[in-house]
Amino acid sequence: MVTAKDIPGKNCISLILDDQPCLAAETVNHPEEPILLLAHADCRMLRKAVDAVSIEYEPLPPVHTMEESERQSTIIWGTDNAFKSYLVEKGDVEAVWKDAAHIVEGEYFTGAQEQLYIENNGVIAAFDPEDGVTVWGSLQCPYYVHKALMALCGLPEDKIRVVQMETGGAFGGKEEYPSMIAGHAALLSIKSQRPVKIVYDRMEDMVATTKRHPSRTRHRTAVSKDGQILGGEIEFTIDGGAYATLSSVVLSRGTIHAGGPYYWPSVRIRAKAVATNTPPHGAFRGFGAPQSLFAMERHMDHIAQVAGISPVEVRRRNFLKPGQTTTTEQTIREDIDLDHLLGRALELSDYAAKKARFAEENRSGMRKKGMGIAAFLHGAGFTGSGERYLNSLVGVEAGADGGVRVLVSSAEFGQGTNTVLCQIAAEALALPYEGVMIARPDTTVVPNSGPTVASRTAMIVGTLVQSAAQGIKQTLMKTGLLGDNYTPEQFRASCGQFIRTHGALKSYARYEAPGDVYWDDEKYRGEAYAAFAWAVYVAEVSVDLTTYAVTVDDFVALQEVGKVLHPVLAEGQITGGVAQAIGFALYEKVVWQNGRMINNQMTNYIMPTSADLPPIRVFFEQLGNVHGAHGAKGIGELPMDGPAPAIVNGVEDAIGVRFRSIPLLPEDVFEALQPEPPRQQGPSSTRGTT
Amino acid sequence: MNPSPGTGTKCQILFTVNGEARKVLAHPMERLLDVLRNDLALKGTKEGCGEGECGSCSVLLDGMLVNSCLVPVVQATGASIVTIEGMSAQALMIPLQEAFLECGGTQCGICTPGMILAAVHLLEKTPEPAPADIREGLAGNLCRCTGYQQIFEAVAMAARRMVRK
Ligand code: FES
Ligand code: FES
Repeated sequence: MVTAKDIPGKNCISLILDDQPCLAAETVNHPEEPILLLAHADCRMLRKAVDAVSIEYEPLPPVHTMEESERQSTIIWGTDNAFKSYLVEKGDVEAVWKDAAHIVEGEYFTGAQEQLYIENNGVIAAFDPEDGVTVWGSLQCPYYVHKALMALCGLPEDKIRVVQMETGGAFGGKEEYPSMIAGHAALLSIKSQRPVKIVYDRMEDMVATTKRHPSRTRHRTAVSKDGQILGGEIEFTIDGGAYATLSSVVLSRGTIHAGGPYYWPSVRIRAKAVATNTPPHGAFRGFGAPQSLFAMERHMDHIAQVAGISPVEVRRRNFLKPGQTTTTEQTIREDIDLDHLLGRALELSDYAAKKARFAEENRSGMRKKGMGIAAFLHGAGFTGSGERYLNSLVGVEAGADGGVRVLVSSAEFGQGTNTVLCQIAAEALALPYEGVMIARPDTTVVPNSGPTVASRTAMIVGTLVQSAAQGIKQTLMKTGLLGDNYTPEQFRASCGQFIRTHGALKSYARYEAPGDVYWDDEKYRGEAYAAFAWAVYVAEVSVDLTTYAVTVDDFVALQEVGKVLHPVLAEGQITGGVAQAIGFALYEKVVWQNGRMINNQMTNYIMPTSADLPPIRVFFEQLGNVHGAHGAKGIGELPMDGPAPAIVNGVEDAIGVRFRSIPLLPEDVFEALQPEPPRQQGPSSTRGTT
Repeated sequence: MNPSPGTGTKCQILFTVNGEARKVLAHPMERLLDVLRNDLALKGTKEGCGEGECGSCSVLLDGMLVNSCLVPVVQATGASIVTIEGMSAQALMIPLQEAFLECGGTQCGICTPGMILAAVHLLEKTPEPAPADIREGLAGNLCRCTGYQQIFEAVAMAARRMVRK
């Protein structure tokens, strides 16, 4: 049995701030907060043990919504319930209102979403007085766990070893939580002096681990009479749950993406992550961007209506062009042509003809159809100076038999990391793909190449792998062991020779920020990302007026992601992401009661099955790019951003109701279509019609 | 924490697993899934939900595709069980594996054992499945990574290759 008193080091899950305890000592701040750990050699006995524990709580006033948190009548975190706030200011927003032909306002909401990787969180920890703590687990970021365990166990760097095992899905959901469960297993192992295994069952995993941050976005936009954005104010708020975890970073990405792929002559973005008494929300594919982009892309359709132009036209008139600046005043240097991208997406989806046909057919019948579009961008890699601070290190090593191993802490959890990184190394060394292996991410073997997040692996880590691999080649060439145009056999022989004379053959590459990147963390201004991926998605939807269910009938996903390194894997990232985003839009609703998820089962939290998904047609456009391994940009998160607004835009096209919040369930459609004027939406409601 | 089967008396259960006669001592209500994984060390059968929703724990029980998380082990008495580990003996296995690889039918892989069992079960009954047959045959198996499309393509490709042989 372990309580907070047994913790040898600091009682916290060290991440950005050290505010989250590993075990609550005096106060619990959310209903799933761990207090006491029990382990037994026969796990069947644990049920009994748990039944024998009783905990008496002295209730304090809780805060369960963003609005309650903002009111600050009860303070549950810091002095003002705010984990972080950002202010982005470009140009003079105050000056634009007077010239505006229209001022368009809107408020948009997105709900929490569970990552629902099919393999739950699980770890094994073993303590040895000599070697310290070793943890094997299903996780995304071995060095995050490493850092957290050092603080918790009060052990030095070399007495903590973290090994990532095959990981059955993650999607961000195994970015920060594994530090918690690894901490628990480590504490039990230290106390019991035996290896300890903790594997969550589905209900535990859903109720206790992180989810996507719920959000609220308010737009107030000054628009010219022909539908051009003159400027505006955006207020972006996310619910961080009870502890800071990664909320500041999620907020940052959401803030930077809040203006979409459009040119804002002036803008003011106020963003805030607030505390509530729910389990902390965390990383999930897209990381804040799907939330603020949902609002932006719904708002664009609203602007179009007010200005009396089409959803296509409003986007055309406002797209960012090369040479213009984003909301953070980053100059677009890529040769991106969003107009062309949009045109092609419309063509691929047969948009115009279908839209006209549906308008005609919708006059009768119970099945109304519509077309919706979303245009968006996704920044690859860490925001702003993030990559500079990470200072990632990557290694490549060759053995005496010429076998090459890539040494990175980047974890494979289905995205194809291992394949793509080996492919990059093989290409750099002019070796067959089979000649390159990847080392298991084990903190005693691989250097810290940063966390496996933010669609950064192919672009950032890939580039480092490429230069580390070239380092091996150069070493062999400089020592005269290898000539130009070598064969794999010659490479093998030269490795053997080198190692016999000089010992190990290893080459490392460290991240160097491109010299011309400027970012101001204070003012939130500058080059937010090294590169952006761009996309236009089109959804064809139907609304069944008998069941009120919305279905997606066809889906076109067209994107510009730089060079596509591996077409099959890239397509898989897009189809998988679109499927998750369809869930986000139409099916996946977390039902909260007093800060606790009460539908924490696959039976009542519904992710899309094969029957719920349309054909997802994936297309890539390639414009060539500056940074990145062979010009590859991030790809993993992009497909999470666009589907939800495209679908809800399509629903509005079909039935003319302006829904402002997701998930959009049949009951929401039903309610909106009742003859009674829809009730005014309360601020904390998850429905939205106007 | 997994559902507890109780701590009453264990009984002896005999069945065939992947063609081999096996004998285990287990609580009658213990889940077949746990017996396979813990007593027989067949870790290829996965637990995703523990309540019959996801299909990661699929096995063949006397030729039927079942969710082993829902089967009390006593129900498997005398039955013949095939798990993913026993699939290598199947003629279908090589084309299926190749097609999954070529089409990107596996991302994280946790759903793959269940998908493969469902696919084999389908293709044995319906060697030339229409897309709708594949969709239906795999409808009990959830995948969070792929969006299913590449899995269906893989099954279709394997079927084509088998028929051609
Ligand atoms: S674990 Fe058996 S169906 Fe999900
Ligand atoms: S491949 Fe990951 S769940 Fe299917």
